[in-house]
Amino acid sequence: MSDMEQQAAARDATNWAKKVSTLNVSEVPEGAVNINVEGKRLASPLQGFGKMWQKTYQVRLPAERVAPGELIATWKQRFPEFWPEGNMFYGPLTGIEPGEVALLNMTLPGRMKLSTGVMVLYADEESFTLMTPEGHMFAGWITFSATCVDGETVAQAQVLMRASDPIFEMGLTMGGHKQEDRFWAHTLSSVAAHFGHEDAEVDTQVVCVDKRRQWSRWRNVWQSSAIRSTLYMLGAPLRGVKRLVA
Amino acid sequence: MPEATATFEVRRHGPAGIVNIGGDVTAGSEAVLMTAYEEAGDARAIILNFSGLAYMNSGGIGLLVTLLVRANRHSQALLAFGLSDHYRQIFELTRLDEAIGIHDTEAEALAAAGAA
Repeated sequence: MSDMEQQAAARDATNWAKKVSTLNVSEVPEGAVNINVEGKRLASPLQGFGKMWQKTYQVRLPAERVAPGELIATWKQRFPEFWPEGNMFYGPLTGIEPGEVALLNMTLPGRMKLSTGVMVLYADEESFTLMTPEGHMFAGWITFSATCVDGETVAQAQVLMRASDPIFEMGLTMGGHKQEDRFWAHTLSSVAAHFGHEDAEVDTQVVCVDKRRQWSRWRNVWQSSAIRSTLYMLGAPLRGVKRLVA
Repeated sequence: MPEATATFEVRRHGPAGIVNIGGDVTAGSEAVLMTAYEEAGDARAIILNFSGLAYMNSGGIGLLVTLLVRANRHSQALLAFGLSDHYRQIFELTRLDEAIGIHDTEAEALAAAGAA
């Protein structure tokens, strides 16, 4: 094996998650809910229901303020801190490492709480990718990266997704896409602010990769994290009584 | 945009277009990959030869998804051969193997495409 081949093999082993058939959450932090992650399979955009979208959010920072590697290291380390209020990312203690699973509590329109999660599919010095499990709002992945372009460091979040099922597709059409755009714009603004660039403008590009809906995937609705989270919330009083009795 | 270091050489074999992939495939490879796809033209099947692949990151996997959408739109099958064990596992992990037919050799891929 040549030196280059050895280097590539080492990158393969280090940067990609190992193959798993279903997700396993090693530890559930306090406040997190693991009802939609354990035992679930990952879902790429090919397994989703709705139209396929590629959404790219970018913010530019002066290169002298931060280099791409430093930006990504910080983003990985402080990932939850850059999210909008009301949304929780319960990352593993080991941080954003390939194969690690994180639990999420999200706030949806109507103050609805959604418990879900992601797996770190890929991570290197200049990017990392989170992939969603079946039942998540969307099937696909989000890649966070930083590159040096024309003397500037460009931080980027790029989502490749289809809504998982018909209900989420309807939700995305009725304001969900805008909410998601606000979510990632806020995140990138927070990253820029962290590096002292408070007024950085976030550029958003949305491309519909596939206008067709995959109607054969409508049954994904049985895995819906929204339905399961709602049922879990409705069952809270009952669980409280059970605990008192026990 | 990251610099493209991947190469995509296209050759026709009957109704199939075979794309020989070399180097590192990343999100920066989009333009060259799509040019190769256009070169394959009206092929009934697009067969990706990964024997010369050095490395692929998650951006590269994303590119394959968009390529698959384009191929489906044109009623073209997308197949692959020459994947290392590692990338075969990545295809399984990301469930691309459910939509891209994976084969061990070019001959098997051509036979599956009805172009043997």
